[in-house]
Amino acid sequence: MSDVNNATTALDAERAEKEYSGPMLAADGTPLKRSLNRALRRQKLRALLLIAPLLIFVLVTFIAPIADMLFRSVENEIVQDTLPRTTEALEQWSGEDGTTPDAPVYKALYQDIYIAQERKLHTRLGSRLNYELTGASSLFRKSGRGVDDIGEVYQDQFEDLNEFWKKGENWNEVLGSDAWLAQIKDWDKSAGTPQPAFEMRDGIADIFPQTAGYYMIFADFVQNEDEDNLYKEDPWPLIYSAFYDDLTGDTASVIASYSGPGATEIAEAAAAATGFETVDYKEAFTKIDKDWGASPIWGTIRAYSPRFTNGYFLNSIDMQKSADGAEFRPENERIYGTLFLRTLFMSVCITLSCILLGYPVAWILANLPARTANLLMILVLLPFWTSLLVRTSAWKVMLQQQGVVNDTLVWLGVVADDSRLALINNQTGTIIAMTHILLPFMILPLYSVMKTVPPSYLRAAKSLGATNWTAFWRVYFPQSVPGIGAGSILVFILSIGYYITPEIVGGTTGTFISNRIAYHISSSLNWGLAAALGAILLAVVLGLYYAYDKIVGIDNVKLGG
Amino acid sequence: MADTSATNAFVEFERVQKSYDGENLVVKDLNLSMPKGEFLTMLGPSGSGKTTCLMMLAGFETATHGDIRLDGKSINNIPPHKRGIGMVFQNYALFPHMTVAENLAFPLEVRKIGKSEREKQVKIALDRVQMGDFGGRRPAQLSGGQQQRVALARALVFEPELVLMDEPLGALDKQLRETLQFEITHLAHELGITVVYVTHDQTEALTMSDRVAVFENGRIQQLAPPDLLYEEPENSFVAQFIGENNTLEGVVKEIKGGTCIVQLDGGGLIEAKPINVTKAGERTRVSIRPERVEFNKDRMAEGAHTLKAEVLEFVYMGDIFRTRLRVAGTDNFIIKTRNAPDQVRLKPGQQIEIGWLAEDCRALDA
Repeated sequence: MSDVNNATTALDAERAEKEYSGPMLAADGTPLKRSLNRALRRQKLRALLLIAPLLIFVLVTFIAPIADMLFRSVENEIVQDTLPRTTEALEQWSGEDGTTPDAPVYKALYQDIYIAQERKLHTRLGSRLNYELTGASSLFRKSGRGVDDIGEVYQDQFEDLNEFWKKGENWNEVLGSDAWLAQIKDWDKSAGTPQPAFEMRDGIADIFPQTAGYYMIFADFVQNEDEDNLYKEDPWPLIYSAFYDDLTGDTASVIASYSGPGATEIAEAAAAATGFETVDYKEAFTKIDKDWGASPIWGTIRAYSPRFTNGYFLNSIDMQKSADGAEFRPENERIYGTLFLRTLFMSVCITLSCILLGYPVAWILANLPARTANLLMILVLLPFWTSLLVRTSAWKVMLQQQGVVNDTLVWLGVVADDSRLALINNQTGTIIAMTHILLPFMILPLYSVMKTVPPSYLRAAKSLGATNWTAFWRVYFPQSVPGIGAGSILVFILSIGYYITPEIVGGTTGTFISNRIAYHISSSLNWGLAAALGAILLAVVLGLYYAYDKIVGIDNVKLGG
Repeated sequence: MADTSATNAFVEFERVQKSYDGENLVVKDLNLSMPKGEFLTMLGPSGSGKTTCLMMLAGFETATHGDIRLDGKSINNIPPHKRGIGMVFQNYALFPHMTVAENLAFPLEVRKIGKSEREKQVKIALDRVQMGDFGGRRPAQLSGGQQQRVALARALVFEPELVLMDEPLGALDKQLRETLQFEITHLAHELGITVVYVTHDQTEALTMSDRVAVFENGRIQQLAPPDLLYEEPENSFVAQFIGENNTLEGVVKEIKGGTCIVQLDGGGLIEAKPINVTKAGERTRVSIRPERVEFNKDRMAEGAHTLKAEVLEFVYMGDIFRTRLRVAGTDNFIIKTRNAPDQVRLKPGQQIEIGWLAEDCRALDA
C-alpha cells in the first residue's frame, strides 16, 4: 500500500504547488531565486576575478585616458585661471562691437598679466586664445614684455621718494610677522632646511589690503617657484602700484594712524602719493599693442572666460562664437565639415569595394576542399603579417605617375605616356590602398559565415527549380548577409578612423578627419579641438552603429559559428 | 536483375559508373530500372555508393560513364533545376530566412505561378502533411518532425513525378520515424509518385519499399521486394545486412536435387538449400534466421534437422525472447522465440537440441 500512499502524497504536493501563487521556493523554504543567486555567486565571483586583470588594465590604460582626452574638448579653465581679475571685471562690459571695456578691466588685466608673465603662463594663454583669434599669441607675448614698464612708473616714484622702498628687507619688516622675520633671518639656505613660509603681520592686511594681497602672491612665488630667499628679494613693480592704490584708496584714513615698523616712511609716502604721476592702464596697454584698444580681443576673452566651453565643438563643425552666439565661419575658412563628409564618403567607398572584392573570394574559400582553402587563406592573411607601413609604401611605389601600374598601362597602350593617371596623393590612392589593407577584415567574417551555410541549401533550391542565379540570390545571399554586415561594420569603423595610409598616400585631397586630429595633437597642439573632433567621430560611429542595429539588427552580425 | 530492360521503365540507370578521383570507382556498372509509381529504396552501409547514385539522378553529380534516363529521355546533360525532380534532404534544407509558407512557395515562384494559385497550392501541400497552421513560422521554430513534414511538402508542392529522399528520417527519434515512415509511404501511394529513397536503416527499407536495392562496394548486391530480400537473400552480404542472421561455416559435401549436405567446421552435418554453391568441396556459409530455429520438440516441424546446443545467455525483450547459444563451435548463434504464455524461458547452462527445416537454411558464398 505504501506505493499508493506515495502516489497520493506526490499528487497532493503537486496540487499544493499549483495552488501556491507566491515566489517559487527551494526545498528548504527560501525563495528559489535567492538560493539560485547564492549558488551562482561563487561562480560569478570567480568569473569576475578572472577578467579583473584585463578590466583594470583597460580601465587604467584605455578608458580613463580616453575619457580625460574627451573631457579636454569642453574644458577651458586656462582663461579664468590666468586672468581671474580680468574675467571678473569684464562681466560689467556690454560686449558690444566697437566698444572697449572700462579702465578697471585694464587695471585688472595689468595685474593678471603681470602675475602670469612672472609665472610664464601668459604665452600659454596666448596660444590658447590664438585658436580663436589670430594674433592673440603675439599680443600676449608682447604684453608680457610690456607690463614691467607700466608698474615701474610707481616703483620709480616711491624709490625716488625714499631709498627705503628699494630694499626687499624693508618691505618684509613692514609686512612680515615678527616670528617669521626671526626665523627667516636665522635661515641658512645652504643648510638644506626649507625656507620658513612667509607670514603676514597681524592686522596689516586690513591697513594695506591690496599690497598685502599681492605681496602674498609675490612671496609664494619667490619662495615656492623661484626658491629664492624672500627676505632679500626686492618686490615686483606690481606691489608698488598696489601700495599706491592702498595709500590713495579707501584705507587712507587707517594708514594715517599706522604705527608699526616703517611708520615714518609710510606716512611720508602717503603724503607724497597724492601728488604722484598716475598710470592710465588703458592707454598703456594700447601703447603696447593697439589691439587692446579694439573689441575683438576683449570679445574673445569674454566668450572664453567660462570654465567650460562649446567653442571647440563649434570650431570642429566650422562654426565660431560671436557676440550674438554661434555662427558659421566664412565659406573660405570651413574645413571640418568637408573633411567629415569626405571621411564618411570614402569609408563607404572602401567598404563597398571590400564587399565587391571580398565576397567572391570568401565564397571560393568556403566552397573549396579544406587543403586548398587553407592555402588560399594564407594568401588572404598574408597582409596581416606584413607591416602596415610596408604595404602602404608598396602602394606608393605601385601607384605613382612613374610607378608600376602607370608603366604597365602605358606599355599596354591604355593610357598615353603624357597623360598618366594620377593614382596617388588623392582619393583614388587612399581608396585603393585602404581597400587592400582592410580586405581581410571583410573576407574573414564573410568566410566564417559562408562556411556555416550548408551546400544542401543551394542544392535544395536547384532541385526545386531555381536557376543558379536565383538559387544564389534568393537562398544563399540572404544567409550570407550577416557576414556582409559583420565585415562592413569592421571595415567601415576601421576605415573611418584610419590614419597612416591616408597620411602616406592621401596627399591633400585624400586625407581623413583622423589626419587632422593627429595634426592638432602633434603639430598645432590644439588638443581641445582634437578632442572635440575625436568626440564627434566617436559619436558618428556610435550613431551609425545604432542605426545599423535598428535597420539590420546586431543579432544578424556573425563572425562565424 | 531481370527488369533492367523493362519497357515501362520510368527511371533507368544504364551501365553507370562514377569516380571522384579518377582512381577508384564509387559506383561500378550500375544498372537499374524503375516503373512509374514504384517506391524503391537504396539500402547499404555508408560509402556504398547509394547517395552518389541519388545525387547523379538529381543532377548534382555527373556520371563518369553511362546513361541515366528519366521517362525515356537521357538526363545526363540536363541541369538539376530543369529535371523537375523533388528532393528531400537529410538535414531538411529548409531555407532558414523564409517562413514555412515562403519555403513552399519558392518552387512555385521560380516556375512563375501566380500569387493566388501559389497560395492555394501551398495550403493544399501543407494540409497534406498536417502542417496547415504553421505557414507563418520559421523553420527554426519547428521541431525536427515538423521540419521534415515541411520539407516533404516542399518537395511535393510542385507536383513532381519523381521524388528523391536522402535519409530523410535519419535525425529523428524512433517513434517519430515510424510515424513518418507510414505517412511517407501513404502519401507516395496516394499521389502515385515514384520515389527513390536512400537509407542505411534496413527496417525502414523493409517497411516502406516496393523494392529494395542493397548496395555494397558500389554495386547492387540484390534488388528485390522486402520479403524476398529477407527470406531469400542471394548472397551472404545481403543475408548478414538484412535482419539478424546466424551463420555456420563449412564445406559442401554433396549437392543433390534441391538440397546439399554441408560439413560444418565445428563438427556435424547439416542439410541446406544451395543458393550460390555449385559443387562439392566448395566452402560455404550457411545462413538461418533466428526465428526459424525451434528448440521445443513438440513444435518442431516434421523432418526438421537437429543439432546439440548450450544456452549461454537469455535476454527478455518484451515481445520476444532472444537466446544466445553455442552451436557447432560458434558462440554467437541466436534464436528468437515469441513471448507466448506456454513459451519456455531457457536458462544459461541448459543443454538443448535445436532444429530447423532444410529449406530455411541457405548455403551461400563463403
